[in-house]
Amino acid sequence: MSNEVVLDLHGSTSIAHDVHHGHDAHHEHHETFISKYVFSMDHKMIAKQFLITGMFWAVMGGLMSVLFRLQLGYPDSTFPWLEDILGKWAKGGHISAEAYYALVTTHGTVLVFFVLTAGLSGTFANFLIPLQVGARDMASPMMNMLSFWFFFLAGIVMLSSIFVETGPFSGGWTAYPPLSALGSASPGSKTGMDLWIVSMALFVVSSLLGGLNYIATVLNMRTKGMSMTRLPLTIWALFFTAVLGVLSFPVLFSGFILLIFDRNFGTSFYLSDIFVNGVGALPNEGGSAILYQHLFWFLGHPEVYIILLPAMGMVSEILSTNARKPIFGYMAMIGSMFAIAILAFLVWAHHMFVTGLNPFLGSIFVLLTLLIAVPSAIKVFNWLTTLWRGNIRFTPAMMFAIGFVSLFISGGLTGIWLGNSALDIHLHDTYFVIAHFHIVMGVASMFGMFAGIYHWFPKMYGRYLNNTLGYVHFWITITGAYLIFWPMHYEGLAGMPRRYYDYSIWESFKQFSDLNRFISTVAMIVFATQLLFLANFFYSIFKGRKLTTKNPWDSTTLEWTTPIKPGHGNWPGEIPEVYRWAYDYGKDGRDFISQTTPVGADESVH
Amino acid sequence: MQHEGQVRLHPQKFVLWVAMGSIVMMFAGLTSAYIVKKSQANWLEFALPTVFWFSTITILFSSLTVHLALKAFKAREMKQYRLLITVTAALGLLFMALQIMGFSNLELRNIPLFGPKSNSATSFLGVITILHMAHVLGGVIAILIVFLRAYNSKVKNYSSVGIEIISTYWHFVDILWIYLFIFFNWLR
Repeated sequence: MSNEVVLDLHGSTSIAHDVHHGHDAHHEHHETFISKYVFSMDHKMIAKQFLITGMFWAVMGGLMSVLFRLQLGYPDSTFPWLEDILGKWAKGGHISAEAYYALVTTHGTVLVFFVLTAGLSGTFANFLIPLQVGARDMASPMMNMLSFWFFFLAGIVMLSSIFVETGPFSGGWTAYPPLSALGSASPGSKTGMDLWIVSMALFVVSSLLGGLNYIATVLNMRTKGMSMTRLPLTIWALFFTAVLGVLSFPVLFSGFILLIFDRNFGTSFYLSDIFVNGVGALPNEGGSAILYQHLFWFLGHPEVYIILLPAMGMVSEILSTNARKPIFGYMAMIGSMFAIAILAFLVWAHHMFVTGLNPFLGSIFVLLTLLIAVPSAIKVFNWLTTLWRGNIRFTPAMMFAIGFVSLFISGGLTGIWLGNSALDIHLHDTYFVIAHFHIVMGVASMFGMFAGIYHWFPKMYGRYLNNTLGYVHFWITITGAYLIFWPMHYEGLAGMPRRYYDYSIWESFKQFSDLNRFISTVAMIVFATQLLFLANFFYSIFKGRKLTTKNPWDSTTLEWTTPIKPGHGNWPGEIPEVYRWAYDYGKDGRDFISQTTPVGADESVH
Repeated sequence: MQHEGQVRLHPQKFVLWVAMGSIVMMFAGLTSAYIVKKSQANWLEFALPTVFWFSTITILFSSLTVHLALKAFKAREMKQYRLLITVTAALGLLFMALQIMGFSNLELRNIPLFGPKSNSATSFLGVITILHMAHVLGGVIAILIVFLRAYNSKVKNYSSVGIEIISTYWHFVDILWIYLFIFFNWLR
């Protein structure tokens, strides 16, 4: 049954009209610049808004990492130009300790939430869900628009925190109290923290509005014949992502509410027995900072999968399309994503092994954490077996998808180390952790995002990205990612703690000064390469090679049955009906069979 | 797979159900934080204000009126519908007023909810109850919107989706308070 039929069943006039947004080509309504590009309710435009805002934040966050890597790589040098751009935060061309912590904190917050949550699932959930399930738009285009503008507003508030006199928040992206709860704790804990928490509250609202919509669209708006088991894996992944977000962000929100009360209304949820230099003993009694950690990590861990799952889904789709083979183990892929989604809620305390957690409780969390290796391994083997004896086309999207698998393996293996509470006593808060999560979550998900952009760019803009620049982008980025983060494992094993401002004053870590300089140099090269990608992106929007066919990758899924430049409503006529799953590649001697092709009498049953 | 004639949930109603799941998670987070906190030192035991019983009765009664309002709307008895929905919104506001009375009762007994002299036991009560009140207020605002729309609309509106969504949400907020009331009274 098509969406129209569903809506007509409820035969309603005013309410149903809000939902009935099937703007068919024959009554294309007039669009102004504002309604088309700014307050757009078209899911495709909203996706592009998320993507480009995410790109802005990726540049900001990346630039911050270059700045603090400059400090780590060259702790004794001065760079007069730093004083020009940072002012009092880099007196004499040397980044101050306060600025360093602010940069690290904002880098983390921005990359985790603005780039890899909003930029990744905001972009692709918006773009792909209606196109791949066969819907004209989201369940509620209005909420979808609000979701973007809340995100935009969160970004403005976060951006403004960089310019306040006392600087942005500097207590780490996890915002643990007491640094986050006491304005007197550090300069960044004053106005910077107020803006940080307002920004994050707006961001939670944005995620919830988006997530509700994605879930409702996947479950309610599928076209005729599109059963759940015919959905492409991208949709399954984005669906689980949305479920995780909708169930875990509210818990973070409740943690933030208690934090706001501790900051502004004198309560003692997280605070107890504190003496602040220059202020004196505080009256707060009976609070527990660990309580915040529980609430934070109950979101914080699912957040990792909120970041990773969309990348996994897109990689599955891209690997299958470009290997010209059906995805290996479709149901196992869904099952393992389901298992990951469940386990995501049961492992949060592995971030807290060294907080004085009951060791018996810790051992349960070790077991549950290591269990995640099972679905993860299933997914890895399925990707490898999809590639096995495939007729592989090495498009830039495919390169990034294979790169994702490589990074996911490398980073996943160190997760098995860190999941052990005994090993964590040594490894906790060292560079080993930094190396682990940057590879498995940060860079891997960036690779998933790049793969998605290269693959669906033709659908977004009707043009191709430049291939040569794509290969350059890929090879420098993957080499650079390993060169940056691989050595950090050794530093971490040697006990080098994270978040320190200057390691050259520590006898035990002086040996790493050359290595740190090397890492910083590579980081700058990799950052410059991302600017090359952005140049390719924006150049190709206007001047890229034009698409001449609707289906450039010979893909089976529904988005490639729309016109090259689909209008609001996606399909000019009826929404196509679906007759088969999304992975009929190389079947019965045919290269690919679109989901809209009826199953022939002479066809073998899948 | 869908078959012809199978009635699926209206997308907006579905969104509401997912949103309610989300709200449940928020309160689950807060009440589990309460349980964790309670097991630690420096926890104040105090009697809940009696007026919370009256607010509980008020919100239970408002669930009944919103249910009758929906029935009246479906039967196209618009006069009765308007009366009942107004009573529902008024009861919602009364509920909030009674909750605030409860807070001032605690303040009078020298048990401050917030501020440096507060105990986290009372602060939790304050935060959770205020958050719940915010959700009741959301319901009242939703009623006002649907109510004004019924007057303003030039075309006659026969769709009950809006009022159905409100009624489901209203029952949900009611049940949420019952849960919190039981939680505060007997699970401490």
